[in-house]
Amino acid sequence: MGARARATTLPSRTPAGEPQAKALAQRLDRLIHDRTRLAIVSALAANDTMGFNDLKGITGTTDGNLSVHARRLEDAGYVHCEKSFAGRVPRTEYRLTAAGRRALEKYLDHMDALIRATRRR
Amino acid sequence: MREPVTAVNDHAAENLQFIRHAMERSTTFSAVPGVGGALMGTVGLAASVIAALQPTAEKWLAAWLSAAVIALTIGLVAIRAKATRLGLALAGPPVRRFALGLSAPFLAGAALTFGLWRHGVWALIPPTWLLLYGTGVLTGGAFSVAPMRVLGLAFMTLGVVALVTPADWGNVWLGLGFGGLQIVFGVYVARRHGG
Repeated sequence: MGARARATTLPSRTPAGEPQAKALAQRLDRLIHDRTRLAIVSALAANDTMGFNDLKGITGTTDGNLSVHARRLEDAGYVHCEKSFAGRVPRTEYRLTAAGRRALEKYLDHMDALIRATRRR
Repeated sequence: MREPVTAVNDHAAENLQFIRHAMERSTTFSAVPGVGGALMGTVGLAASVIAALQPTAEKWLAAWLSAAVIALTIGLVAIRAKATRLGLALAGPPVRRFALGLSAPFLAGAALTFGLWRHGVWALIPPTWLLLYGTGVLTGGAFSVAPMRVLGLAFMTLGVVALVTPADWGNVWLGLGFGGLQIVFGVYVARRHGG
């Protein structure tokens, strides 16, 4: 839906299609364009909630790196983090917010539009 | 000047692929053992021969239960080895869902086996095992690779066949399922799903 709507609002295509592709690329959400953050958002889009260790397994990154990237997504309002205790063991659960889901959808639309723009060359 | 545009296109396609893989990795358990599955089948096949030679029903049951313990151990070791080799996590939502889907019918099967043994209803043990093993593989397979679901359905079909055919054939159906089907599945997974 979004991809089609967006495609109709794109600037008119040049014969080479290159400026259009470049313009699209420049409009990318840089926050989730990063591979680790993209993996976090994608994994959370497919699950209601995920724990810190689960996300670490999916992203294949270190504790520190995951914390930094998750915090950036949290600061942007894309991810909600909830800390609790299971007995004495601390638990950190993440879930995607509505804004985060919209951002991923928008990013997917951008990718889709980029591919279509370059294919129409 | 066209090359950069192609690169952008490739990069976008690669990103979409990355997103798809990240989603799949977070929802699918893919450390299903192929070679290990075939080995489990070999144990099942051997068990069907050994069990058929037993003089009493109790010894027949003991032969199959011993084989189940060996096959389970092989399965767990093979899952761990495959996960380590492919760098797959053995924790997280897909693993938990897979384990729950698989183990609940297995536990029901163990409880029913106890009940059937206690009441001496030997004839119902083969169909019960085939049906509940199939159910476990099918429900666990809902969070795993597609061949698992096919295997589950095949086991369940064999369970129904065991129900409607003479009780004496029970051991044959068990050998066909835990031996034959398991080996075919193992070889397929080993070839198509990374060993």
